[in-house]
Amino acid sequence: MKPKVAFFDFAGCEGDQLQIANLEEEILDLLGQVEVVSFREVMKEHSDDYDIAFVEGSCTRIQDEERLKQIRKNASVVVAIGSCATIGGINSLKNYQNLDAVKKTVYGEKADLFDTYLARPIDAVISVDAYVHGCPMTKEEFLHVVKSLLLGKKPDIPNYPVCVECKKNENVCAFERGEFCIGPVTRAGCNSCCVNEGTKCWGCRGLVDNPNENSQKEVLIKYGLSVDEAISKFRLYFGWEKKQ
Amino acid sequence: MTAKKNLEVNVHHVTRLEGHGNIYVNVKNGNIEKCEWAIPEAPRFFEAMVVGRNWKELHHITSRICGICSIGHTLASLKATEAAMGITISDQDLKLRKLALHAENLQSHILHVGFLVLPDLMGVGSVIPLASSNPDEVKTVLGLHRMANDMSNLICGRTTHPQRLIPGGFSKIPSIKELINVRDRLKSSVPALQAVANLIKSLASKIPDFVRETEFIGLSNPDEYALYDGRIASTDTDSAPVKEYLSYTNEYIVPQSTAKWAKHERESYMVGALARLNINYDKLSPLAKKISELFGLKPVCHNPFMNNIAQLIEIVHSVEDSIKLINELDAAGLESQSEYNLPAVSVKAGQGIGAVEVPRGILFHDYTYDENGVCTKANCIIPTNQNHGNIELDMKALLPQILNKTEKEIELTLEMLVRAYDPCISCSTHAIKVHFV
Repeated sequence: MKPKVAFFDFAGCEGDQLQIANLEEEILDLLGQVEVVSFREVMKEHSDDYDIAFVEGSCTRIQDEERLKQIRKNASVVVAIGSCATIGGINSLKNYQNLDAVKKTVYGEKADLFDTYLARPIDAVISVDAYVHGCPMTKEEFLHVVKSLLLGKKPDIPNYPVCVECKKNENVCAFERGEFCIGPVTRAGCNSCCVNEGTKCWGCRGLVDNPNENSQKEVLIKYGLSVDEAISKFRLYFGWEKKQ
Repeated sequence: MTAKKNLEVNVHHVTRLEGHGNIYVNVKNGNIEKCEWAIPEAPRFFEAMVVGRNWKELHHITSRICGICSIGHTLASLKATEAAMGITISDQDLKLRKLALHAENLQSHILHVGFLVLPDLMGVGSVIPLASSNPDEVKTVLGLHRMANDMSNLICGRTTHPQRLIPGGFSKIPSIKELINVRDRLKSSVPALQAVANLIKSLASKIPDFVRETEFIGLSNPDEYALYDGRIASTDTDSAPVKEYLSYTNEYIVPQSTAKWAKHERESYMVGALARLNINYDKLSPLAKKISELFGLKPVCHNPFMNNIAQLIEIVHSVEDSIKLINELDAAGLESQSEYNLPAVSVKAGQGIGAVEVPRGILFHDYTYDENGVCTKANCIIPTNQNHGNIELDMKALLPQILNKTEKEIELTLEMLVRAYDPCISCSTHAIKVHFV
């Protein structure tokens, strides 16, 4: 019997589920291997009977924890997809601001009508079995993780920095161009896609397991960059990871 | 028969939408006691998140407001930053940005019409069963969607959350050979577009015949079907420059929604493909106009369900206008730029507003920067927010007309109404600063 899969979203832009639509003709192959029982973005039907749950977005409200716990109960495998779900991502920028002030900035005197708390990745609330990193996640890594799960294998996700891939691609180092790049501490697997397009690494795939802090410090000294600047750049995606 | 009807319809998390929206309907003895459109989505507070961030990052952050409209958000953001700092872009970059916008319009409209609306017209719950019952049609739609994504990839460096679009221009541009390749694919997509149009035409009787007069707002430009630039125009009033946007949007808060609502001349207004078509019909490309005539769609059309048809017409327009833009770039000779291009910018304090037409309607970003280029204040007004009031008023007008139908049919018709607006709720839940008097 084909495994039943379901998709869920919390606070995020739904750009990761969009990558599934972007699989185009490969969707049809995927549908041959799994049975989609819930995917609110594209289908009306819904069922709570599923084996694999893909979760996009961060948890940003206490009431969303219940929904997550229910998903964990129903699924035998939970996969976090995209930066908001895997590391908290851009959403955790608000964690460095006064939450009451944040609510008032957006909703004024009616701020009390709306709930929010520190934005956090899914594994801050429930246990997660696999991660598809990136903002957005890449279609290739998503398919790799799905195939691995179907074969009962552990997905092979790089645990070295983006710099490794970037050097292979023969890019001119962003630091040499006067940019502040997060590649030295960010998990590879994206094929240094942003640097290839002429910009720099922003850190969306999160920190490698053991970031080499000394070499990062050396880079800062070599290029005369301040610690404050480094902290500000790290917060863009690592806000939750660094706060723990 | 309908006079004494009791009915309760609660659709939690209406499907085939981006983001979460709920419909609440309660009818007692034929009287409508409640008919409400609610947005429970978790708010994300982007306007607060960008405060304190550097001007070079704003477009990267606000792109994350929406995965589907990330190119549009990036462009509105860049235009706001460029306006604040007096940055100009070349004519070539302007044309490339227009192509980026067309690419996103194509991606988004093809996804909506082909994957989300077609199942309603064909009486199924999703595109998944259509893959086996109508494989040729589904493959045609997938092929068009792939073309739009490849085009986004080529111009923006990515289909979602673009990389190449930066303040002052592009970090990297495609070669003329790559552009011509896209142009040829666009040209050869015309028969597939015609086939999709004919398929939808054959199902057109399923589109509810519902009319409620309302106001339509969108950009207008004397030179073209306005998408990248223009003045704010309305079917009710005179047009105005973009800097006067707050006098059009007038956002307010309702308790059932984390998203803000908007109104202008009437109780509500509509933005999006139908609004643009109603305002800019004369500027449509030739084949787009023909498709318009095929469906008898003429301005001013007040049937919100026809927004899906307006999207189909815009798909054709974007294809034709993109071909024209690439021909112009080719004729002028594409000027190359340095690798890792980083346009020189003199940072200064100021406020800037950027308005762009994105798939779901007019989008505003408004930033204030200090002398170091750090953002001190931000305001983003998203198309779907502007449509919420109109959706609810349409629901209230439509419900009495369909009360004699079965509960299931009523539910489906109301869902179809919401889907016709193609709401993008994940964008719309973080709204703007309001000034309470």
